[in-house]
Amino acid sequence: MKLTLTNARLIDPESGTDTLGTLQIEDGIIIDISEGISEGIDCEGKCLAPGIIDIGVKIGEPGERHKESFRTAGLSAAAGGVTTMVTRPDTTPAIDSPEMLDFFRRRAAEIVPVNVLPMAALTKGRNGNEMTEISFLCDAGAVAFTDGDRPVTNPKVLLRAMIYASDLGALVIAHPQEPTLSKGACATSGPLATKLGLPAVSPMAERMQLERDLALVEMSGARYHADQITTAHSLPALQRAKAAGLNVTAGISAHHLTLNQFDIEGYRTFFKLKPPLRSEDDRLAMVEAVASGLIDIICSMHTPQDEESKRLPFELAASGAVGLETLLPACLQLVHAEYLDLPTLFRSLSLNPAKLLGLDSGRLAVGAPADLILFDPDKPFVLNRADLLSKSKNTPYDLRRMQGRVLRTFVAGKQVFPAPQG
Amino acid sequence: MLTHRHLLGIEGLSKAEITEILDLSERYVRQNRQPNKHSDALAGLTQINMFFEASTRTQSSFEIAGKRLGADVMNMAMASSSISKGETLIDTAMTLNAMHPDLLVVRHPNSGAVALLAEKVNCAVLNAGDGQHEHPTQALLDALTIRRAKGRLHRLTIAICGDIAHSRVARSNMFLLGKMENRVRLVGPRTLMPAGVDQLGVEVTDDMEAGLKDADVVMMLRLQRERMDGGFIPSEREYYHRWGLDAAKLSHAKPDAIVMHPGPMNRGVEIDGVLADDINHSVIREQVEMGVAVRMAVMDLLAQGLRRQENENGVMA
Repeated sequence: MKLTLTNARLIDPESGTDTLGTLQIEDGIIIDISEGISEGIDCEGKCLAPGIIDIGVKIGEPGERHKESFRTAGLSAAAGGVTTMVTRPDTTPAIDSPEMLDFFRRRAAEIVPVNVLPMAALTKGRNGNEMTEISFLCDAGAVAFTDGDRPVTNPKVLLRAMIYASDLGALVIAHPQEPTLSKGACATSGPLATKLGLPAVSPMAERMQLERDLALVEMSGARYHADQITTAHSLPALQRAKAAGLNVTAGISAHHLTLNQFDIEGYRTFFKLKPPLRSEDDRLAMVEAVASGLIDIICSMHTPQDEESKRLPFELAASGAVGLETLLPACLQLVHAEYLDLPTLFRSLSLNPAKLLGLDSGRLAVGAPADLILFDPDKPFVLNRADLLSKSKNTPYDLRRMQGRVLRTFVAGKQVFPAPQG
Repeated sequence: MLTHRHLLGIEGLSKAEITEILDLSERYVRQNRQPNKHSDALAGLTQINMFFEASTRTQSSFEIAGKRLGADVMNMAMASSSISKGETLIDTAMTLNAMHPDLLVVRHPNSGAVALLAEKVNCAVLNAGDGQHEHPTQALLDALTIRRAKGRLHRLTIAICGDIAHSRVARSNMFLLGKMENRVRLVGPRTLMPAGVDQLGVEVTDDMEAGLKDADVVMMLRLQRERMDGGFIPSEREYYHRWGLDAAKLSHAKPDAIVMHPGPMNRGVEIDGVLADDINHSVIREQVEMGVAVRMAVMDLLAQGLRRQENENGVMA
């Protein structure tokens, strides 16, 4: 089946271009890209970009289906322009065996209209004691290994897992937060946390753990990705590691690029994230690091939580926010504020994640999979959390004025949003 | 006129409102010193004291205050009831709300919990201490004590000493004394100083001599050993040596300086036992007395607000 999308602003992060033209799809693959306008679906000058590859999506299955199911996560992803969800293993129970992973993949393939690439736990039960069957899990389709937001405390365990993983070429993803300092903390230390009387942690706890991890990477030669780097204190270490040629990348959530620590004022638990929101100086430093490419990847860190787990005193409330549907409009705020241009944004949202995972997608190129999104970058709207397709509505952007809406999402050339009738 | 529905913290109060509360408190100080301590400002109203954290002093102070104003007072020891059965704070609040209380006095171990509860009930909520956030009636009773001893509540130098990090009393006092235009110094080991507190309009030092120099008021805080894990101080004797208040350290303050403590005291840890009882300096027992009066005043004002609201609703209906 052939499909022609014409009169579109083609945003290609690989070539760094933003040009008006036509794109042709056949059998799920991009077969032609040209500058002219031709017959086909008129995109009316809206943006056509490679679909978002979101590393670190939490689906509530197994264990917390009341928070998010494969079905609702899939709908949410398609509506948000996420064509590939790279899912977290911090489910209940954790995805730490090939049997679990196989079950997870089959369920996902049945139900979810976008690509699902599962990550597996790095240690059994995410307990930080014993590495999982990394080789079997790779064979079963695990694209990366992570214990989610639980750092592996014992450096011996992490070192051995890294050495073992590196021999298999497997990617290790860590959450660099020094666990003793961050234990019990629910805010970034400073005058605001002091005023609110909340247990808080210095952003230095992130840098400390990152430095430890990077030393272990140097020893093991592992491929390493830090899931969220959120403070300027971490950047010199990251820069040094990259300059030294270590196989290291870093990500950040769109929340940390668009919100700061003052958003928690009034004990607003929908802004309780892990790591906690940082200072405005840190936020701006992170935006610059994304623009310069020092931080490689932007993700949603989609973490569905139901009302019960958020309607609690701040210290006791669950962390995390949903983000699949707000990832693009949140990031477009940075484009409208002229920190980033669109090709640079999609380098972080699509191209770099694809490269990290060895995927052929993430770019507009002949021969690449036709995982595409058509979006209007300017369309204004007020976000109403009740409108989210995600089962949980814990977004920090409720009632916020945003700009940018996904018009259509294609996965392998097939339109998945809006869902085809019948 | 106090227009707030609740008293959740000092932070939301204006200078005029603080003064109004203190002025009314003076009347209750006089009433409390008479043989007949009873009046009927809260007659017909129901006051529930919900203490999710054990307390003797504050809870009995609120109980006496309510009873002297004629309210029906009920105490609920929350630490041992529904919480341990897994009920959420909001469900507990809804349950109580259905019993139509008029005043809820709440203490909770988590910062912000009292404000969260206040969102879910129809009555007036008084914060009797939430986590390490605020303890507004303590700051008000301290202010009343200072005003009576010094004749004013502005342009004074006040040293708040000791375990600042774990203290909601320190926070509420900082906010109140700052609002009333006093010079506030925080004195204590840096391990017990919360991050960034120097950016909240106070001076910070770890040196008792410098901190107490020419102070009008020396406010000691209890070393909250129960909240400490991981060694904030090496030992109580070293703490007492460096930060415990004794006559020698107090000599750097003004000769007529007053010494305060929110209680309960650790004698020989943060304060010398003899000094605590020295009637030339210590106003610690007055603080307890002022506590009842201030709580009566606050509850009276909140009840007036409830009645005003009722009348307005009545007119509308």
